[in-house]
Amino acid sequence: MTISEKILARASGKKKVSPGEIVDANVDLCMSHDNAALVCKKFKEIGVKKVWNRDKIVLLFDHRIPAESVKTAIGHKEVREFVEQQKIKHFYDMRAGICHQILPEKGYVKPGELIVGTDSHTTTYGAFGAFSTGIGATEMAGVWATGKLWLKVPPTIKIKVKGNFKVWVSAKDLILYIIGKLSASGANYKAIEFYGNTISNLSIASRMVLSNLSMEAGAKAAIVPPDEKTMDYVNQRMQKQFVTLQPVYADKDAVYENELSFNVSNLEPQLACPHQVDNVHPVSKFKGLKIHQAFLGSCTNGRLEDLEIAAKIIKGKKIPMSVRLLIIPASWDIWLQAMKLGLLEIFVKAGGLVLNPGCGPCLGAHQGLLAPGERCIATTNRNFQGRMGSPEAEVYLASPATVAASAVNGKIVDPRRYTDENTDIHGYEC
Amino acid sequence: MILKGKVWKFGDSISTDLICPGRYFHLRSNLPELAKHVLEDADPDFAKKMKKGDFVVGGKNFGLGSSREHAPTIIKIAGVSAVLAKSFARIFYRNAINVGLPLLECDTSQIDEGDELEIDLLQGIIEDKTKQIKLTTSSLPKAMLNILNDGGLVAHIEKHGDFKLD
Repeated sequence: MTISEKILARASGKKKVSPGEIVDANVDLCMSHDNAALVCKKFKEIGVKKVWNRDKIVLLFDHRIPAESVKTAIGHKEVREFVEQQKIKHFYDMRAGICHQILPEKGYVKPGELIVGTDSHTTTYGAFGAFSTGIGATEMAGVWATGKLWLKVPPTIKIKVKGNFKVWVSAKDLILYIIGKLSASGANYKAIEFYGNTISNLSIASRMVLSNLSMEAGAKAAIVPPDEKTMDYVNQRMQKQFVTLQPVYADKDAVYENELSFNVSNLEPQLACPHQVDNVHPVSKFKGLKIHQAFLGSCTNGRLEDLEIAAKIIKGKKIPMSVRLLIIPASWDIWLQAMKLGLLEIFVKAGGLVLNPGCGPCLGAHQGLLAPGERCIATTNRNFQGRMGSPEAEVYLASPATVAASAVNGKIVDPRRYTDENTDIHGYEC
Repeated sequence: MILKGKVWKFGDSISTDLICPGRYFHLRSNLPELAKHVLEDADPDFAKKMKKGDFVVGGKNFGLGSSREHAPTIIKIAGVSAVLAKSFARIFYRNAINVGLPLLECDTSQIDEGDELEIDLLQGIIEDKTKQIKLTTSSLPKAMLNILNDGGLVAHIEKHGDFKLD
């Protein structure tokens, strides 16, 4: 069996499952953010008095924080009341960061688990060897009531990646390139497993980028088999009250629907152009295009290594007045580390706006929306029409290095114009 | 159940942002108001033009993007009786069934805007009255059919206390 098949078999109490089979699976952990307000409402409609397990629900706010409207404030208030009433233990209110950073960071995510979240990018936890996927609010209310969810066992695509990245090329460029090849529906209803020396060499943060963005190819789960790095990360953070699960690996005779191979040795920085995430081209093809906003952050690329890369390029430079540079560290911990390392000072001195950890303008609800005719380059995950404000604005998705280099120049540029030497970084180690 | 109505045709890759943009987040607690903006970025006048019972017909990968359940919910609240597409994105598909919006996967390239359709949901037969053609659709998994027949997931769990797979 593949990793997904093994996890779903274990979760549904079966010895073996096959793609296409529908299982009634026991959920190990579930997560909701601001949309927990809708889950609470649906849960009340179901009429069950108590959630099935208050220890297995993690709640926090990240999408619209602090509340941008009275309606949002009411939603937050309703969730707080529900948390109080149900005695939900793992509630972070606005004091943590983006859900997909917080769950791993606070030690909730472990290899082999079945995790669901009311957010499409819940696939992120696949970076730790978990089967994790996004579901809707009503479905989550069902999980809160029963602890279970029906799932169709997906076929798995095996993706092997080898080679070493060139300078300023990263996991974001790789996954954008893969989505460009697979298409936005190429992994729809399917799981992905990542293998190869490139994947082994990636940091945990970079693996999270792959699992996070695989959703944009439609993936139901996107799993990196756990290794020593995974176990170190998990063991340092593990919440004691959770049962430790053994890492799950694919069998030698596991059946894959398809096997794809990529070599990153000659990969150029990539750009997802409006208005589809699979509209992917080399950055060099679009260089010179004027930008009005640059956004570094989100559940895809708001981690410390992303901020460090951007700071390398931005240090000592001024962002032109024609560009708003928004920086949103993905969590409070990352924010504090970035502060200690002097990264935030680099951004602010360059003219950047450092905002509170959260989703920011990624989903177009607040904090930096675009006017008609404006163009934004962002490290986020979606560039659909109307995603970040006006439907007449454009969003280009790229790596932290490309976003930083473009911000500094007021136009889309290839970050490879900066060599390691002339970025002149002193004072901290990257 | 027989559904009758007129076709409103959309293209491929109709995202949840086109169906329910983030800039209307603040309306999410007022669904009838939010429904006035349904599919606005794909067709600005859609909500005004359509009539109760009409069909939304898309191309490939309809509903890609966010897990926001408001997307299928406001299509339903606007009065659309079913969505037809060549294929649907995964989360949108589940959400639609859970909120009781029927989805039909079929070759929509033969259907045009303004066509009159008659759909037998149980048999999975789509009749384009304007073109005088019949299309078939793949049947839903039993688990989903049970949920849809119960009127959505809330009613389904109320009734069975769990998911009924068989």
